[in-house]
Amino acid sequence: MEYGLDKRSNALKTFNTTFIIVWLLIACFPFIWTFWGSFKVRADFFSRADWWYAISAFNTLLETGGQFTSKAYSEAWTEGEFWKASRNTIIVTVFVVSISLFLGTLGAYALSRSTERYAFWILIAALIFRAMPHITLVSGYLFPFFELQIWGILPTTIVVLVAINQPFTLWLLYSFFKTVPKELDESALIDGCSYFQAFRYIIMPVMWPGVITAGLFSLMLAYNDFTVTALLLNQENHTMVPKIQSYLGTNQHEGNLMWAVSAVVSATAPLFMLVMFFQRQVISGLTTGAVKG
Amino acid sequence: MPNKTFFWFFLPTGLAMILFIGLPIISTGIQSFYAQHDQVVKEVKKCDPFGCTVSIVVDQEATSILRDEKPLGKFNGFGTYIDRNHLAIEQISDFWKETDSFGEFINQVTNLPFYKALLFTLTYCLFVTPNVLLLGFIIALSLNAISRKIRGPLIFGTILPMIVTPLVGSLVLFWMIDAEGIIGANLQLMMEDPYLSLKSSRTLTWITIIIYGIWHHSPFAFVVFYAALQTVPQEPVEAAIIDGASRYQRIRHIVLPHIYPVVTFVALISLMDNFRVFEPIIGFSAEGSAQSLSWLIYDNLVNEEVILFGSAAATSMMTIIGIAILLAPVLIRTWKEFRTAR
Repeated sequence: MEYGLDKRSNALKTFNTTFIIVWLLIACFPFIWTFWGSFKVRADFFSRADWWYAISAFNTLLETGGQFTSKAYSEAWTEGEFWKASRNTIIVTVFVVSISLFLGTLGAYALSRSTERYAFWILIAALIFRAMPHITLVSGYLFPFFELQIWGILPTTIVVLVAINQPFTLWLLYSFFKTVPKELDESALIDGCSYFQAFRYIIMPVMWPGVITAGLFSLMLAYNDFTVTALLLNQENHTMVPKIQSYLGTNQHEGNLMWAVSAVVSATAPLFMLVMFFQRQVISGLTTGAVKG
Repeated sequence: MPNKTFFWFFLPTGLAMILFIGLPIISTGIQSFYAQHDQVVKEVKKCDPFGCTVSIVVDQEATSILRDEKPLGKFNGFGTYIDRNHLAIEQISDFWKETDSFGEFINQVTNLPFYKALLFTLTYCLFVTPNVLLLGFIIALSLNAISRKIRGPLIFGTILPMIVTPLVGSLVLFWMIDAEGIIGANLQLMMEDPYLSLKSSRTLTWITIIIYGIWHHSPFAFVVFYAALQTVPQEPVEAAIIDGASRYQRIRHIVLPHIYPVVTFVALISLMDNFRVFEPIIGFSAEGSAQSLSWLIYDNLVNEEVILFGSAAATSMMTIIGIAILLAPVLIRTWKEFRTAR
């Protein structure tokens, strides 16, 4: 929105720039600070004596002889078994994203091409399911899962995350499929394709932007989930986020809090890079539901 | 699309949603009518040269047999719903009789676990949602006025708080705000109060969590508003400028009406998300002074001795009812639109 006729006053411009700078500081500084602090020892980053130690690295110099130390990282990844947690996260994320997309594209395509009334009600039901707090669903899972003895393992969590993720994926992909003209698959049907062939060979090739957006959101849900993974996985199978929480809980050990700090940085860095790379898709995903539908 | 084709296309996702969202809600409903078994006790007679004593001990074996036979627990009807940890009907009527003033009555009631959590959850929703809308809108307006060339990185910086998981986001803030962190320590210096800390007062904890909520959710509102601003038509805006409308008047009478549907959408989504506030309480280790409905359920489910399925399920059901009340206006409106469209 650039007003051709608009003359912006200098005061307003200055105010605007200041506001943006202040906001960006508020939004980003905590992450920069945590990144910086993760290379210090606990006595510096959580200093009882003087907060300036976090910058001057007083104790880090005393303990390790350098300004920066990667001790927290190496300990968390080996002794703290963060490597196992990140492996589990990778397994969960890969499966959740691929299964979600497979189920979601099929379902959303059907919804977008159906003219029946039930399609509308299914979308409304999906909206209601989307509103359910995850913890209430987990309280429904725990007991049956204990009885069936499928609690604690990765496959159960993957299936649960896929299901929880479906309502949002359906809505997102539905609004993307709506933008693909109907004539495209109708002509394919006239030429003798089955619905599945039309879907597979005609529609999917033009749907990649939508699929990437939906995939990113599934990925963020699976990667960031705490409620489901913390309660449905046993210690051994914990993914990164519950692992970080477990470092906080066991506070008897000096180094553990710094493990949590380094683990937070390790878990956040790949996500930030991914979003930096796919920023356009993330934003289009967040807005399709709102602006078009 | 024929019904049969629709069925096969939709079957996998429909099955997943029914099995893992629909059934769990029913399972929660059933569980909420049961309570865990009481421990079976037996009398043990112990005799020694000085006489016999009868003591009551827990019969571990019988208890575990009973638990294995009926793992769901004993049927409790609406008992769990009205007990002290939930709606606390009895306690409330007692308070009503015993307390002298209304303020004291409210005070007593909000000390009960369920009402305490409800109060926090509602306060959180009430303060976070409007501020998120406001801040998101202002950021969107400001960024929209900045040169297109540098907008990309600025948008990336703006959405960072939103893409990290709430637990990580709240931890990152907590480590700064806590007494040993950079902001907390400086606040102590400024206020000249060495004991000032997040945990020192309930109000401070609540304010911190609310600020966290605004920080975490504003980027979402920003993104949606920013996209909506791109679709505002130029002609009316230019006409308004020619007619001498001020900047405020243009926003109030042209931009806002245009993006109004989006505002309701964002308000609804953030209300739904705020109602399930839970991870920040763990991140800020604020269990002592701030508990939400979701946190109550979590607390029952991680109980050390026996998992309190019944109690967690009852709180869950009431949370779901809360969500239904929040969603009702939207659903009714959609239904009306749908009926008139037909």
